Amino acid sequence: MGIDLPLIWAVIILFGVMMYVVMDGFDLGIGLLYPFVPAKADRDVMMNTVAPVWDGNETWLVLGGAGLFVAFPIAYAAILSAFYLPLIFMLVGLIFRGVAFEFRFKAPPARQPFWDRSFTGGSYTATFFQGVTLGAFLEGVPMRDGQAVAGSFSWLAPFPLFVGLGLIAAYALLGATWLVMKTESDLQQRMRELGLTLTWVLLLVIGVISIWTPLSQPAVAHKWFSWPNLLYFSPVPLLVLVSAALLRRSLARRGHDAVPFLLTLGLVFLGYSGLGISLWPHVIPPSVTIWQAAGPPQSLGFTLVGALLIVPMILGYTAWSYWVFRGKVRGDEGYH
Amino acid sequence: MSTSLSMDALFLARLQFAFTISFHIVFPALTIGLASYLAVLEALWLRTHRRVFLDLFHFWEKVFAVAFGMGVVSGLVMAYQFGTNWSGFSTFAGGVTGPLLTYEVLTAFFLEAGFLGVMLFGMQRVGPGLHFVATVMVAMGTLISATWILASNSWMQTPQGHAIIDGRIVPVDWLQVIFNPSFPYRLVHMVLAAYLATALLVVASAAWHLLRGRDHEGIRTMLAMGIGMLVLVAPLQAFVGDLHGLNTAQHQPAKLAALEGHWENRPGEAVPLILFGLPDMEAEQTRYAVEIPNLGSVLLTHSWDGQFPGLKEFPKADRPNSLVVFWSFRLMVGLGFLMIFMAAWGAWLFRGRRIYQARRYLRFALAMGPAGVVAMLAGWVTTEVGRQPWVVYGVMRTADAVSAHSAAQVGFTLTVFIVVYAFVFGAGTVYLLRIIARGPEVQESEPQGGAGRMRQPMRPLSGAPDRFDEPAAGAQEGVPHGH
Repeated sequence: MGIDLPLIWAVIILFGVMMYVVMDGFDLGIGLLYPFVPAKADRDVMMNTVAPVWDGNETWLVLGGAGLFVAFPIAYAAILSAFYLPLIFMLVGLIFRGVAFEFRFKAPPARQPFWDRSFTGGSYTATFFQGVTLGAFLEGVPMRDGQAVAGSFSWLAPFPLFVGLGLIAAYALLGATWLVMKTESDLQQRMRELGLTLTWVLLLVIGVISIWTPLSQPAVAHKWFSWPNLLYFSPVPLLVLVSAALLRRSLARRGHDAVPFLLTLGLVFLGYSGLGISLWPHVIPPSVTIWQAAGPPQSLGFTLVGALLIVPMILGYTAWSYWVFRGKVRGDEGYH
Repeated sequence: MSTSLSMDALFLARLQFAFTISFHIVFPALTIGLASYLAVLEALWLRTHRRVFLDLFHFWEKVFAVAFGMGVVSGLVMAYQFGTNWSGFSTFAGGVTGPLLTYEVLTAFFLEAGFLGVMLFGMQRVGPGLHFVATVMVAMGTLISATWILASNSWMQTPQGHAIIDGRIVPVDWLQVIFNPSFPYRLVHMVLAAYLATALLVVASAAWHLLRGRDHEGIRTMLAMGIGMLVLVAPLQAFVGDLHGLNTAQHQPAKLAALEGHWENRPGEAVPLILFGLPDMEAEQTRYAVEIPNLGSVLLTHSWDGQFPGLKEFPKADRPNSLVVFWSFRLMVGLGFLMIFMAAWGAWLFRGRRIYQARRYLRFALAMGPAGVVAMLAGWVTTEVGRQPWVVYGVMRTADAVSAHSAAQVGFTLTVFIVVYAFVFGAGTVYLLRIIARGPEVQESEPQGGAGRMRQPMRPLSGAPDRFDEPAAGAQEGVPHGH
């Protein structure tokens, strides 16, 4: 085989997870911001900005899981077994968040506050444990005889917990800038103000993770700070600072409602690429590479044909759906 | 592969899978049926412009949305469960099942999710033609999803087209893998089961309203369409089920012996059909058997005294639990016959339009509302428990498939799921029933494009009807939505 299938699949999975982080990131962000927006009418508008698209956004998570299952079955089994509890908590969070979209509008008025809390609590739980899983994953999964050997609570460590909080900041900023783009008047103004604060928080988070990771993991430090890598990767932190500055400026000024969201996407992408660089080429850090964990080439090849044909179509009709629901969401726009 | 695990962890992992998959499958089954029904309703509305079809479309769309939401969140759990609880299976068989599940995501989940938004929220934003395309795409998505997941499950039941290299399954011929011997039967059987379950729900909803004295065109149309579907599908399902049984006889003889409670053949003697009894795995016999002579031979070998293998012909370690599958199978078949009876009685009552006042029939139809779902679950129990002790039939044992978690950990997560599911899906079921109890709004739907301003009912839909269409606080009057 002349084609490096594991490499192509690693790129597809990275792309799928990236799509997930960005898209479900702003949906989850809506739930994270609920505590700051008490008015029911505003909450209705917030939910309606994502109601038509959230389900498609979440599907990227399933694609990430399925892609890992196909391309790197060993990694899929090892990672999902090692992070059993945080992943189950994440799923429970996603359940409460997901059903709230329907139930909140179907429940009798007296029960509505409960589903509001379900939406908020589910969003916080899902985001936090996604971050915890990511942090624990970055710290590495010890393997023995092809099986993950991690204790049930190995994820209960400072770094994973910090990444969990960090991801809350990232998704909240995505949610806030999404709402700047999709809403008007007071609600939009509130989101601009929140966004300004969240930008600082996210910068702090990125900074801490960028220092913490190389300090605790020499292999990562070597990857970043050896010559000539240092030269290649130096634009990443610089771009982060430039994006953050532009983001704060666009949030502070009226108009350009879509600019903050696009800049936040840029920030998230830069942070994500930094994580990718730190991990590459391992699919189970610190020991197993994508080539060692790859499934049978017959499986990777068969699925790749479908992925290359269908993913562009998915992007096409997803974009169309966003296009159909473009523009500001107002209070009188509702279900049907 | 660690077989040193305690049976408890294995048992709890199996229980967790059975619990989460049973809850999950109910919702896709309803969304498969409802999505097709919605596409039919919208097509009829576009062709005839009779308002009743649009009213029914909007009514069942709400039920669909709630069922779909619950299907999505419970399905997410399934997508991750293979890795969290069954890492041995994932590592060993991921080469086949991984691609099939990925194709399901690529060709079905995205299609459903991508067009769902337009279907539910987009009627005022796209033209009727495009909206209909979205509805059809959602329906297609549900059917494609069923196709891939049944291909994967059927391969686990009747595996072929693979080789085992370095202790892992490697696909050799994908056409053989996908079109394995039991796949066509299972796929058709499951899709028909989904249609039956949905039709029974639709008929039961109409019956409930008629019994309460709510009798209008929408309710009557629902009842007629639902019973029409039953008349078509219930007998067909019995026929397909028979073919599926013969296929099982051919490829999974131990499963067939277990679900018939059939232990041994005596030379030259026909096999009876045991109607009722208590299969006893220890004593290797079916106690208290009530049997019809020769019928087993007739049904399964299509000859007067043909024989098929009994359970004693398989080693003890390779026998599925006969007590469970014997009864789950009879529950499914019994409900199937009741459905055929219900379809025939309903068709007969339609002569002279007596059905709308036939209270005894309507009460029966109401009681049969959950029968489709129960029969489908019984069928899945039959086929999955009947596959034991194998996870991939004849290739991999379930005991080798499970992750190395402690019983405490699996027990803890199982408890979490039971509490969360009971609460969330309990609430969801209540909301579903509440929507159904409110019934279709007569003339609920405005034709597209009102005068000056798009009028559309706001959420919450659960509010009293008089709350529809009042502008929300701070809503901008008179602003047409951009197109």
